Amino acid sequence: MTIRPYAAARRTLSITDKLYEVNWGLLLLIAIIASAGFAMLYSVAGGSFSPWAAPQILRFFIGSVILIVVALVDVRLWMSLAYPFYIAALILLVAVVVAGHAGLGAQRWIAFGPLGLQPSELMKVSLVLALARFLHGKSVEEISKPLNLLIALAMIGLPAVLVVLQPNLGTTLIIVADGAAILFLAGLSWWWIAPAMSAVLVAVPTAWQFVLHDYQKRRVLTFLDPESDALGAGWNITQAKIAIGSGGVTGKGFLQGTQSRLNFLPEKQTDFIFTNFGEEFGFVGSIALLILFAVVIGYGVQIAMSARSQFGRLLAMGITLNFFFYIMINAAMVMGLIPVVGIPMPLISYGGSAMLTVMFGFGLLMSVHVHRQVEIPRHSGGII
Amino acid sequence: MPVFDGKDKSRYSSFTRRSLLLTGGMTAVFAVLAGRLYQLQIRNGDQYKTQAEDNRVNQRLLSPPRGRILDRFGLELANNRRNYRVLLVAEQATEGVGAALEAIGKVILLTDAQKKRVLHDIAINKKFVPVPIAENLSWEEFARINMHLPYLAGVQPDVGETRDYPYGEGMSHVLGYVAAVGPEDKKDSDDALLSLPGFRIGKRGIEKAFDAEVRGAAGASRVEVNAYGRVIRELSRDSGVPGQDVWLTIDGELQKFADQRLAGQSAACAVLDAQTGDVLALSSTPGYDPNFFNVGITPAQWRVLTGDERKPLLNKALSGAYPPGSTFKPAMALTAVQDNLPADFSVNCTGALTLGNHEFHCWKHGGHGHVDLQRGIAQSCDVFFYEIARRLGIDKMESAARALGLGAPTGIEIPGENSGFIPGAAWKEARFGIPWQLGETLVTGIGQGYVLTTPLQLATMAARIASGRAVSPRIAHTVGTTVQPRPLPDPLPFSDAAFAAIRKGMDAVCNGGGTASRWRIAEPGMEMAGKTGTAQVRRISKEEHAGGVRNDASLPWNLRDHGLFIAFAPVAQPRYALSCIVEHGALGHPQVQMAHDILLFAQQRDPLKLRPAYPTTAAALPANMMGGRG
Repeated sequence: MTIRPYAAARRTLSITDKLYEVNWGLLLLIAIIASAGFAMLYSVAGGSFSPWAAPQILRFFIGSVILIVVALVDVRLWMSLAYPFYIAALILLVAVVVAGHAGLGAQRWIAFGPLGLQPSELMKVSLVLALARFLHGKSVEEISKPLNLLIALAMIGLPAVLVVLQPNLGTTLIIVADGAAILFLAGLSWWWIAPAMSAVLVAVPTAWQFVLHDYQKRRVLTFLDPESDALGAGWNITQAKIAIGSGGVTGKGFLQGTQSRLNFLPEKQTDFIFTNFGEEFGFVGSIALLILFAVVIGYGVQIAMSARSQFGRLLAMGITLNFFFYIMINAAMVMGLIPVVGIPMPLISYGGSAMLTVMFGFGLLMSVHVHRQVEIPRHSGGII
Repeated sequence: MPVFDGKDKSRYSSFTRRSLLLTGGMTAVFAVLAGRLYQLQIRNGDQYKTQAEDNRVNQRLLSPPRGRILDRFGLELANNRRNYRVLLVAEQATEGVGAALEAIGKVILLTDAQKKRVLHDIAINKKFVPVPIAENLSWEEFARINMHLPYLAGVQPDVGETRDYPYGEGMSHVLGYVAAVGPEDKKDSDDALLSLPGFRIGKRGIEKAFDAEVRGAAGASRVEVNAYGRVIRELSRDSGVPGQDVWLTIDGELQKFADQRLAGQSAACAVLDAQTGDVLALSSTPGYDPNFFNVGITPAQWRVLTGDERKPLLNKALSGAYPPGSTFKPAMALTAVQDNLPADFSVNCTGALTLGNHEFHCWKHGGHGHVDLQRGIAQSCDVFFYEIARRLGIDKMESAARALGLGAPTGIEIPGENSGFIPGAAWKEARFGIPWQLGETLVTGIGQGYVLTTPLQLATMAARIASGRAVSPRIAHTVGTTVQPRPLPDPLPFSDAAFAAIRKGMDAVCNGGGTASRWRIAEPGMEMAGKTGTAQVRRISKEEHAGGVRNDASLPWNLRDHGLFIAFAPVAQPRYALSCIVEHGALGHPQVQMAHDILLFAQQRDPLKLRPAYPTTAAALPANMMGGRG
């Protein structure tokens, strides 16, 4: 095993060393995927950079700068910042519930400087950070101790409750899935996992009865039988399937899609953008895009596995899974596999908060990669 | 405590195991997604392609331009003009239909009735169908709408076509009007145009009679639409069949003159080509502005029209039925001559004729003295015609009246014609179970009693007397490029000598010191022959006869007698026939003055000598009819 130049001085890497260590291949891959997004935003606007493609490109460049800066910051500093980030995101979430602006019937946005900021997006990354920080020092036995487990569950449950109150079911699901996945990766005993899964099975009908909003229930029901309400709530699903399906093998060609450009698709530039991709580039293009996503995820898994610190591993895997959950839920939703929940396609869908938080997440992933040789003692709290 | 210990190792291996497990899970999910893509895009791709095409293409009906209505010289009596309007697409009104109406109400004036209609139209149509909010906007209002458009979600400005009647009230009874389609209109027609919001169909007059011809056939435009139904671009277009023009026999100038002449009275007038029955003018006053109905009449306007005792909505020329009074006498005289009335037949009029214990009065209190046929017509002596009636009997009178065009619809193309009424013995028996009385024969002989005629029937009678042929009034000459059937009128079952005698009598009415001599046409070669008439509206009691009949002027308007007049001109070679009635206006014979003016104007202008502009006949017309100034 060759010893890399910085390995001898793990704790003190120069900026040049770090830049050299940045996984530029991964960044290029992300840029390719984002470019597919720009092309789609250009297409759904009827062949125009405004109103969506131009701001999205700008955001991507800002996001890329953030990614690199975040990547260059020592992973231990991120570890130190985990809790403050988490608490800040939590406060913002409370603020949203208390005084958030209503957008699309849901309180998801809060005026935050010039940007409309979606704190639930921030929370997804913050939760991964905080859980990785919390679980970093815990051994397999310690994790399964009730008190630790309770703390971890509270860290997950608190934002989940706040987000579900907004109400935003999709993000809640992702937050819970992120948290559960990190607990699982940290080594939670199967003795806990098995009963928890059974509890979920019991909880689903209960949630249907008491927790879900009418519109959420309607979405589920419509999903099960979209044609029952083809012009109402089933419209989204039916039209999305028509868009993707009509793409055929090779698609209608760039700018030739009719479904989304003619407004048959709601929120064509955000949650349903993948349908336009499927329509214009067909099976071949869609599979290619999925493969690109899979490669990015593969990179993420590889980065997680090669990190030397538990914090780094959990963080990298948590970010990767978060990315995956987005893709899975969005793609399955627009293809009519699961009910419609408001989840964007990462890197592709139009949206400032989503783009910036995704790039921030990739920055953290990259930071783990750059600092993969850094070992962090179990009882360390970072470098502050 | 060491920095790293065995516990780290166990976690690391656990992490690796579980990461691989999750990676396997993710791979499985990607496989499912790929499988779903395969199912949607390859297995069912064709089916979705068809659905996408259906989504994209929408058929839109195009309403064809409505055919014009023209007079005999091509003057446009009804045409189409640009109609600036605003439409509302319910689906695009993101703030709701109510809010959209509220917003547009701040830009242009909207009445509550209009708002109610819009809401109704939206309720019965699909959400993407544009429903008119307001039509016939001024250019300024239209420009204001366009300026505020960014704040008016769902509002579409639109330039369409709408019916226009340049002569307004004047031609209203001939032309009729168009109005919005009602549910009863859709009952026996499946023309898709009827479902088009804002479409108008003919509801009265020529507009109704020839609605099918002037309507045309719907075109269709295949357009690419978005989910809101908004048109993105047109793929193909079938502009449909434009409505056909209807050419009337009307002379617009003569009609205008007649309308002006009748204005202010509750009156009707018909001018016919005496030889063919072509209607040259058909006037009924007061009228209404047909444009009101097209735009949508307001309840206030409707109340004014229906509340007027002069009945502006009634086409008196062919829907009003009046006792013909003395204008009936030429028909009786004609029949009598045909029935071998001795040439020297005369009556001594003492002012009344006694039948049993009932006295039948002459209009002239002291009587006319010695009266022969010519004088009887010229002076309109009632007693003379009581005697004539007694000679003829009701059966001959009835058949003669019918032969002259009374008692049955004339068959003019304008709907709503009254058939008038000619009584008969058989009718009386069937209707009342009482035999016909001789007294009723006498009363019928002077055009009173049960007899009812329309002004158009009287004009027809005048034309038949003038021409000797069974002419019938016809108002539509050419529809599109098809000449309407115009059968040559048959000769009437009266001898030329009989006609000559009656024409002479009618000549004397105007030119021989008769009842209309004050208004004779003095211009040489344009003299008219005519017959005055007064139709009693109320019953005059025995006591009143004894104490002197009340002066018409002292009666309320609606109890005064109707004044009637029939005429033809010129006397020598009659070409124009006319009837004129002024309701409750016998006093001072305004109807005779009108007839004088109209017949004089007609002869001076002489539209029958001008070459008509019908698209079909110019080449086919016989040379001798194409002379004149045209």
